[in-house]
Formats: sequence, structure tokens, C-alpha cells
Amino acid sequence: MRVTGRATARRGVARTGLWAALAAPGTLWLLALFAVPFYAVAAVAFGYTDPLFNAPIPEWDPRYWDVTTFGEVVQRSLTGDLRPVFLRTLLYVGVALTVCVLIGYPVAYYLARHAGRRKGLLLALVLAPWWINYITRMLAWLNLLQDDGYVNDLLMAGHLISEPVRWLSGNPYTVILALVYGYIPFFIVPLFSTLDRVDERLLEAARDLGCTGARAFWHVTLPLSRHGLMTAAAITALPMFGDYYTTTLVSGSPTTTMVGNQIEFYLLGGSRKELGASLVLILSALLMALMAYYLIATRRAERDLT
Amino acid sequence: MTTHDVRRHEHPPRGPRPRVREERSRRRAVRRGPVVLATLTWLYVAWSLLPVLVAVQFSFNAGRSRSTWQGFSLRWYAGDPASVAADPGLHTALVNSLVLAALTTLVATPLGVALAIGLARWRGRTGRAAGGLMLLPLATPEIVMGSALYLVFTNLYLFVPLGRPAMVLGHVTFSVSYVVIIVRSRLASIGDEYETAARDLGASRLQALRLVVLPLLTPAVFASAMIVFASSMDDFVISAFLSPDASSVTVPIKLYSAVRTAPTPALNALATLLLAASALALVLAWLVLRRRGSTAALRDMASM
Repeated sequence: MRVTGRATARRGVARTGLWAALAAPGTLWLLALFAVPFYAVAAVAFGYTDPLFNAPIPEWDPRYWDVTTFGEVVQRSLTGDLRPVFLRTLLYVGVALTVCVLIGYPVAYYLARHAGRRKGLLLALVLAPWWINYITRMLAWLNLLQDDGYVNDLLMAGHLISEPVRWLSGNPYTVILALVYGYIPFFIVPLFSTLDRVDERLLEAARDLGCTGARAFWHVTLPLSRHGLMTAAAITALPMFGDYYTTTLVSGSPTTTMVGNQIEFYLLGGSRKELGASLVLILSALLMALMAYYLIATRRAERDLT
Repeated sequence: MTTHDVRRHEHPPRGPRPRVREERSRRRAVRRGPVVLATLTWLYVAWSLLPVLVAVQFSFNAGRSRSTWQGFSLRWYAGDPASVAADPGLHTALVNSLVLAALTTLVATPLGVALAIGLARWRGRTGRAAGGLMLLPLATPEIVMGSALYLVFTNLYLFVPLGRPAMVLGHVTFSVSYVVIIVRSRLASIGDEYETAARDLGASRLQALRLVVLPLLTPAVFASAMIVFASSMDDFVISAFLSPDASSVTVPIKLYSAVRTAPTPALNALATLLLAASALALVLAWLVLRRRGSTAALRDMASM
């Protein structure tokens, strides 16, 4: 590079040209099929409704955007009938995420620090559900949680319950457990890769300076894994917020409806697509705020470490 | 045995007796920790995989039940009028899934490889912006991407009919980023020495790319193709938003819609076949990546 430095500088433009040309098809693809579709959501949400067919007419020109529908949906989300749906979604995701931390942290910690020779095998086993189809994994639980399924058999055999629990009709605990089951692999794996990089010598230093195991964990491992913990939480929470199929599969009851169900209902079920589009915008704004917080927090965490 | 224990044996404590006692109890605590953690970890692994294994088991059930074992049979794969082979709905779903995954792989892989190489060297603001755009699909919940694609195909790109064409476009959109990430990490580990050497020996920039860089990238390209195939097979949300009727239904959509209405072990058989197809793709990817050490390969796949 150094030898050809001057020639490179001279050919700078041609050089960039080739790389830009290679990146162009993919970039254009993402513009046309990722960026433009987002704009289409806004165009539908801020568009008009055809009074005759009751079909949405997207408004592509931002100067003529009409925010009445959007305002209505915001109103309904804050104070109206959609408020319980948003609160329920927050509650389910919050509880499910907490359970993910309680189960996932010890597992990732063991995997990274104590698994020894079994590390490869365990990592493969922990990764396996990641690649098993989500719906298949839910189907698996639907088999087990039927009224006469293995779970009820087991609980009755252990005399923990006297009659079969109806797990699959509107039971919020089932929905939360299904969410945990579905998304916990996404939590463990990024956390594992952070914990795996924690320098063993730092812990030995803490020990040599008189820390007990618990204190070393609290003062060294935990702060060093904060970044991974937040990444894992973000990776897990984002798809959970948009989930609609889990609650449909394991509950199917309006008492466990999440935001995703409302979006699916308005977009695919009914004719009020502008309501669905508005909800997508609200959900995206909520998630973007979370992501922004995540980015700021991780940057601060990184600065604290250095 | 943990690293700490090894250390302790190497450097026996030199202090007076109380230190030794303290040392011993501390060592015991360190040992007890892993036992609890190990139990928890293995319980977790069992919890996460056993239900799926039970579901696979019931695909071979001789009876109609998905909760009582009535003996081994292959009737839900072929033979029974409701089996995967005989039921047109189930069998169309399987074919649709395979065709969709194959088309997605064929489009997304070259697109992603070119994008990865381009982005790795394209300096300047536009290049950085393109790199940021590439990362966004990874951080977008599927429902948001699914709704956006659905609205754009029904309102703007009216020449793309919902069904397989729209589904291929949608799947490629979320897959491209996977390819870029895998190929870029391989590019970074190759470094630019080989390419510079080729250039110094008189190769043109394109020749260096074709004759030196691409062969070095082959394992990463193959692995990312397999991963695209598997993730296209597994996708539910994007497909569900872009599939208008029964003719374009894929396996996950079929499972989703049938499981609460008329479930028979044939659904378990269909799920098992899907599992087998994506497992095959992933094992192939792993075998190729393994040359750099199995744990590194798993970690590569984990970094997705």
C-alpha cells in the first residue's frame, strides 16, 4: 500500500467507483425495498380514505399529509381502547425479559466461564433452538400443554394440581412463558459472547486483591458484561414488541391481545389499513426511542470502562 | 475443574493457618457455584430442546393423537390421506417453502457478497450511509418490515403481485444483511495483503478480486448462502404478510393456520421435514466454517 500510495491517490476516483459500483445493487435494493416501504407506511397513515370503497388512498406528498387518523390512533393508545393493549404489551415484554435475565445470565455465565471441555457441545445445544423454526417450537408446546398433554399429566402425577390446568385459553402466564421460550436463545448468545471475552486475568487480579468470588463477580464481571446485557436485552425485546403469533397460538383470546395483533388485524383483517399503518408508526417510534436509549447507554458504558 | 483451582494448586497460599482455612472454604464455594450453574444450564438445555423432540416423536405416532403415544408409524409422512405426501395443502406448503428459500438464496447471496466487498472499501459519507442502511433491517422487528412491504406492494409497486414474487423480494431484503455480515467478517480476517500482492504483481483491481479475494471468500459465501436458505425456510412474519391465499402458503404459515383448527400428527411431520431441511443447510454451513475451528465457527454463526 505504501509503495503504491501516490498511484492510489491519483486513481482515487476510479477506485471508489469500482467499490461503489459493487455496493450499488445491494444499496439500491435496500433503498427500494426497505426505505421506500417505510415511506409507504407514512403515506398510508397520513393519507385519506376513499369514502365510496372505504379503501385507504396513500398521500405521497408530505405537504398534503393529513394527521387526523394518526392523531386519533395516538389518542386511543394514550387514553382510549388501545391503552390496555399497549400496557399489556409492555407488561408481557417486561416480565418476559426479566425471566430471560434470570435464566439466561447464569446459563451464559456458565457457558462462558465454567463449561470447560463441554463448551463446544453446550454452545451447539444452546444455539440449536435459534435455528429451529419459531412456529415449530410453539407447536411443540401446544402438544405438551393440551388439557390431556404431558405437562398436566406430570403436574397431576406430582399431585401439584388436582384437575388439568387449561393452559391454552387466554392464560397470560402461558403467553409470557411462551415468549420467554421463544426468544431466550437470542438473549443468551450475545451475552455469552460478551462474557466469553471478559479477561480471566482481571478476575484473578480481583481475587488476589482479596475479593471473594461474589464480590469479584459484582465488581468485575457484572460491570464488564453490562454492555452485553443491554445488547442482549435489546435484541430480545425488539422482536417481542412486534410479536403477534405467540399469543395467537398459545392463547387466541382477546384478553391477551398485544400491539402486534392489532396491527395484523387492521392491516390484513379489516379495511382500515390507515389505522394499522398509524400503529406501525407508533410502535416504530417507541422502538426507535428504546434503540436511541440503548445506543446512548452503551456509549456511556464504554466510556466508563476506558 | 476451573481455572481458579488450577491456579490455587500452582501457587499454594503462603500465609499463616487462618488464611489456609479461608482459602479452603473459598475454594469450596467456587466449586459449589459451578455445580448449581451446571445443573441450571443442563436443565435449560433440556427445557429448550425436549419439547421439540417430543413434537418430532409424535410425527411418528401411529394414532391421531398428539399427546398419547400409540406406536411407531410413518403414516403421517405418506400413506394416510391426511399425510404430508397425500394432503395437497401440506405438500404445496413444503414445495413453496423450498422454492422460496432456493430463489431467495440465489438472489441474496450475490447481492450481499458484492455489497460486502463494496462496503468494506467504499470510503466517504455515501459509503458510510450505505453501511448504516445495511444494518437497519437487522434492528427492525419483522412485523414492521412485513407491514411496510405489504403496504408498498399493495399501494406503490403494483406490478409486483402478492404471493411468491413479493415473498422472494421480501425475503431477499431481510437476508442480504446476513450475507454482508458474514462475508465482511471473513474479509476483515483475510486482510488486504493478498490483494495488494496481486496488484503489485500486475493484476488489475477486478482480476485481484476475481482471482484472489473471491476464492478466499468461498467458504464464507457458501456458509452465508446456507444460512440465508435456512432463515428463509424459517421465516413466518414476512411470508404471512405477503402471502394472499392458499396457493403461496409456506410451511410456517400452514403450521400457524392449521394448528388451532384441525391438528393431526401430519403437522408434526411437516414441522419435522422443515426442521430436517434447515438442519441440513446449517450442518453444511458449519462443516465449511469448521476449518477455522469448531468453536470459532459456532461463534460466527452465533454472531448473527
